[in-house]
Amino acid sequence: MSVDVWLAHAFDGFELDARFTVATDGVTALFGASGAGKTTIVNAIAGTFAPRQGRVAINGRTLFDSSTGINVPPRQRRAGYVFQDARLFPHMNVMDNLLFGWRRAPNRASPDEIAKVISLLGLGGLRERMPRHLSGGEKGRVALARALLSSPEILLLDEPLAALDAARRAEILPYLERLRDEARLPMLYVSHQLDEVARLAHGIVVLRDGKVVRQGSIFDVLTELELPTLAGAPPLGAVISVKVGEPRSDGLTALAFDGGTLLVQEMQRARGSQLRVRIRAEEIMLALEEPRTISANNVLPVRVGEIRHDRATDADVQLICGNTKMVARITRASLERLQLVPAMPVFAIIKSVTVDTQPSSGIMLLPRL
Amino acid sequence: MAWILTPAESEALLLSLRISLVAVFCAMPFAVASALLLARTEFFGKTLVDGLIHVPLVLPPVAIGFLLLTILGTRGGLGGWLFAHFGIRFVFSWTGAALASALITFPFQVRAIRLALEGVDKNLNQAAETLGAGWWDRLVNITLPLAFPGIVAGAITAFAASLGEFGAIITFVSNIPGQTRTLPLAIYTALQSPGGDVAAARLSAISILLALSFLTLAELAARRARAAA
Repeated sequence: MSVDVWLAHAFDGFELDARFTVATDGVTALFGASGAGKTTIVNAIAGTFAPRQGRVAINGRTLFDSSTGINVPPRQRRAGYVFQDARLFPHMNVMDNLLFGWRRAPNRASPDEIAKVISLLGLGGLRERMPRHLSGGEKGRVALARALLSSPEILLLDEPLAALDAARRAEILPYLERLRDEARLPMLYVSHQLDEVARLAHGIVVLRDGKVVRQGSIFDVLTELELPTLAGAPPLGAVISVKVGEPRSDGLTALAFDGGTLLVQEMQRARGSQLRVRIRAEEIMLALEEPRTISANNVLPVRVGEIRHDRATDADVQLICGNTKMVARITRASLERLQLVPAMPVFAIIKSVTVDTQPSSGIMLLPRL
Repeated sequence: MAWILTPAESEALLLSLRISLVAVFCAMPFAVASALLLARTEFFGKTLVDGLIHVPLVLPPVAIGFLLLTILGTRGGLGGWLFAHFGIRFVFSWTGAALASALITFPFQVRAIRLALEGVDKNLNQAAETLGAGWWDRLVNITLPLAFPGIVAGAITAFAASLGEFGAIITFVSNIPGQTRTLPLAIYTALQSPGGDVAAARLSAISILLALSFLTLAELAARRARAAA
């Protein structure tokens, strides 16, 4: 069971040649700068674009194969496509939009499932509305639900948040997270925003000039020091999967990860629940000796991994903490003063941890100084 | 209407309405098909087809009437065959008048529908396709409903133009009371008879009222279309 994609096509001055696998469960991000070929790839999976060469197969069902001439038409591919611009049918109300794909699906969702999708995306009060009376965020949610209700075998999300302002984005992201956690189907999430990817995706495929330059777990790829060069300078950082620990008497909550424990401000989450936190490279300081008198709660013994210092003023230092990797961005001057070399033991002082998966409130910043 | 209009006047009015209505509705499917062809496809000779559709706009109506008479007259090739095998006869009949009107007003319908089709976002079609809709499904449920204001506008314009058609009708199907004598032909006939000025003036007044009411209708339709967009 997998979603295999291979495409090759020559455009004017642009060569697409990408091969990757989408995880059958959860979100795989297709990440890259504008013009890297992301939308073309999604179109080829949906069937609205036929590359010169390639093969697309979902769970063993071949949708496209240039060598055998197979090219299943889009309407039979069962790929739920959520477009950047929502593309709701303007002459139909929300409910008719939602049921457009459902009516044409070979195996229709039950009324219960329809009701579940409607409540999952918070569309209960919008059923009779016409699309022109919806806000951008509402349109995005309707488009998402419409694609889901067509009983797709894969969900293709082409920058569903790109057309929205920050407030609308924050409104939709939690719905996307719920979708990720509750819909058991492969999702390919196209984005050039690393924060969205870090928040939603499990796997990541980094695309550059039509080629796949990295592919793997989000936890590994985001701490690669080459990522800024590969994908046009996104902010570096670590995404860490954590488990909520026992409540502590001092009001802090312990988050255990593979390599240590992080302390954050008290949060209303059940013990044992899985969360995802992010630590930005700028939020980590390094010390050679363990600082004992310091206000920061999170001081972790780590080892130096790779070091990248080809920029004029700052350097990126990869840190290895058990099986978890992080990245610290420090100045060139600090790098030289501390005389950091790979495998050296140091202490990472983490100034703040971003806890992503919050039930409804969006991103929550928990400063820990 | 008998208390306002004379029997001859109401006959001409009703005939005009019937001929125009039949002309517009019979031509509509062909106009939609032509507009789809021009708006949505690229093919060799598209310019030629586009030109042919517009010929009735630039050709004198009398010439069109003459052409129709040549082809569809009972002594004409196609007309003779139709009459011999099916008993269908266009000349001297109101159906012939409707045919002539349909042909003359065809470009008005095609132009309006084409414009509307070009205004329909192609991306919506693509979205419908990924949601499982086939070609005909998309045409009936997405494209045509969205182009509907244009179809209505084209029909109203064509209907109004058809009411005024004179040259093609009189040449092709002649001027027979109750059969082909529409309002314009009735005005012409009144002017030909001595002392027919008053009758012609009354018929002209009817034409003006009719034209005004349809223009209002067209404006209302356009306003509704704008409000929906």
